[in-house]
Amino acid sequence: MKPFEHWMKSMDSAVDLTAFRNPERADRILKRLKNEITRPWVIMEMCGGQTHALMQSGIDQLLASQIEFIHGPGCPVCVTSLALVDEAIALAKFPNVILTTYGDMLRVPGSEGNLFAARAQGCDVRVVYAALDALKIARENPDKEVVFFGIGFETTAPANGISVLQAYRTGIQNYSVLVSQVCVPPALEMILSSPQNRIQGFLAAGHVCAVMGISEYIPISEKYHVPISVTGFEPIDLLAGIEMVVRDLEAGRWRVSNAYSRGVPAAGTAGALAIIHELFEPCNRDWRGIGIIPDSGWKLKDKYSAYDAEKKFGVTATETHESDVCIAGAILRGLNTPPECPAFAASCTPEHPLGAAMVSGEGTCSAYYRYRRNHD
Amino acid sequence: MTELNISEGFTCPAPIQAYDRIVSGHGSGGKMTADLIEKTFRKYLESDGLAQGNDAANLPIPRQVKRIAVTTDSHIVSPLFFPGGDIGALSVCGTVNDLLTSGAVPQWLTAGFILEEGFPLSDLEKILASMRERSEEAGIQIVAGDTKVVEHGKGDGIFINTSGVGWIVDDFQPGGEKAQTGDTIILSGTIGDHGMAVLCARGEMGFESDIRSDVAPLNEIVNSLRRAAPHTHVLRDPTRGGLSTTLNEIAVQSHVSVEIDETAVPIRPEVRSICDLLGFDPLYVANEGKLVIFVPEVEAQDALTAIRASRYGENAAVIGRVIHGDRSPVTLRTAFGTGRILESLPGEMLPRIC
Repeated sequence: MKPFEHWMKSMDSAVDLTAFRNPERADRILKRLKNEITRPWVIMEMCGGQTHALMQSGIDQLLASQIEFIHGPGCPVCVTSLALVDEAIALAKFPNVILTTYGDMLRVPGSEGNLFAARAQGCDVRVVYAALDALKIARENPDKEVVFFGIGFETTAPANGISVLQAYRTGIQNYSVLVSQVCVPPALEMILSSPQNRIQGFLAAGHVCAVMGISEYIPISEKYHVPISVTGFEPIDLLAGIEMVVRDLEAGRWRVSNAYSRGVPAAGTAGALAIIHELFEPCNRDWRGIGIIPDSGWKLKDKYSAYDAEKKFGVTATETHESDVCIAGAILRGLNTPPECPAFAASCTPEHPLGAAMVSGEGTCSAYYRYRRNHD
Repeated sequence: MTELNISEGFTCPAPIQAYDRIVSGHGSGGKMTADLIEKTFRKYLESDGLAQGNDAANLPIPRQVKRIAVTTDSHIVSPLFFPGGDIGALSVCGTVNDLLTSGAVPQWLTAGFILEEGFPLSDLEKILASMRERSEEAGIQIVAGDTKVVEHGKGDGIFINTSGVGWIVDDFQPGGEKAQTGDTIILSGTIGDHGMAVLCARGEMGFESDIRSDVAPLNEIVNSLRRAAPHTHVLRDPTRGGLSTTLNEIAVQSHVSVEIDETAVPIRPEVRSICDLLGFDPLYVANEGKLVIFVPEVEAQDALTAIRASRYGENAAVIGRVIHGDRSPVTLRTAFGTGRILESLPGEMLPRIC
């Protein structure tokens, strides 16, 4: 049995998600919430997956008069810096390079064109579902250089990292990674420390915490006096987290609660954390539309620098050009909503995105476009 | 005359029977091509049209046929064989179903094959056997064919184009522009089976599944509808782009709004689970053996009963209605009672990152 199959078998109960989509259960929680809420609250869901789930089920509509949801910057495709997208395109243009990445990254606009356009021009750009698939391509093409454009939050770091670890241990030299790992807690602090902040409670992303655990969020909750609840991505998971945050807000207290205990061990996942600590060290990271957030990313440690594509190929994007009309940055900071952008659903659509937030399945603009256009 | 027959070109002098793979000579138009047609294609495909042996099939049309329906479709799929079907089954059923949705009775099919050098003849035979089986089931004759060979590396094993002709014999002529406010929308069965079966069969996801493609000719469903719901407004097969894209096309074509109940759309639990894991929405996954049917409300119950009694229609369900309104073309009523837009598939569907 392949490991994934084994995992699926062991996950049988978890994969059957019907219990977490049950409308009666949702109705009971909604009734309780509406009884308990004494005033409107402003809550941010950190992750684009949560934004999509809220809009897909319409929970935000059902609570519209009680809770204002502000959509957080937790979309890895959206926040990957323009410079790195440009570097990926530049790497794809090296004659001997096979550039591999997750599907969404092909459509993200760079300063000029995107990776799809590079592929149409003859570059070898391939979609992979996992970093280890990119490593497999490297093994099968020893005369080529395979670069993996490895983006993502803490969620993808163990899988992206293990590809480097395997390459290192098996002596594969034609593989490298353009690392764009970002981390949630520094972004959370950036939002909370802003004088413009209106957010009173947070829904933290379950899959990030499944890797990292919840301990990083405790000092943030303490320092800024905000309740944070870790949630999953099904309607009942989200409602459970919303209920925890609302109860804390109504009681005037703050803490980190776990509304997703079936997926998130409080201490995180030891094996995944071990890989992260072995491979990566913190670095400043430029978030697209937001700017540089100190210590908000990971880069490969010096021991693994032979696998760092930026160093290996000496690419740096110095001049970048962002769309003049796109306000994705303000949307990512929760200052604007997509319908407030003049380009939204006009010159900017999923087929012709001006900003990354319209590209990704987790982007806020894409969520509004898919679920709410004409309805607001 | 010399010993070398120059009309053969530079074909391999080895005995033709020895080949177990397609070689460039099979596309020469000469003896090897004739041999491939005789020994392989004709073994599986026979019809009056093919028996004529001419450049075009000469076929009779009965007097009661007032109009004909014509359609064409090219088929590329990877892998070529997947649980529940193969490229041969797709190439027949896809064209048959396109004819059926216009109200035509499928009659004739042409098949053009583009074969890649090196393609195993045993695989070709399997595909032809499947085409024979499905065309017999659909009551359609393959009356003309063509074969070309491309160099190794310039094809994906095999591409098949089929064109179909159907007879229109009565007033049962549904069309995408004919949906009307008040119509009931019926789906003939579960969605997402074909797309997920093919995706899982690629093996790229690192797991296997029991999901089978739904590829099938839907004659029986359409024939029973013809009797049970003669005023059927729209028939369409939700193939590429899935149910959402098909509904959007119909709504735009007919200038109406459509409302679908999320909980009413039949989806197999295993399809939903794998979609959940990969971040796909089954509403956008391809089907090859399903119909979306718009009928006047008064005929809806009879239509549903008739479809459910037909082969491939046992899981049919009423999934929505055509409503008055000029907002978005398609609205989905969620399990929680809220409404949201259902878009056409904007581009390629991609698995989520995290």
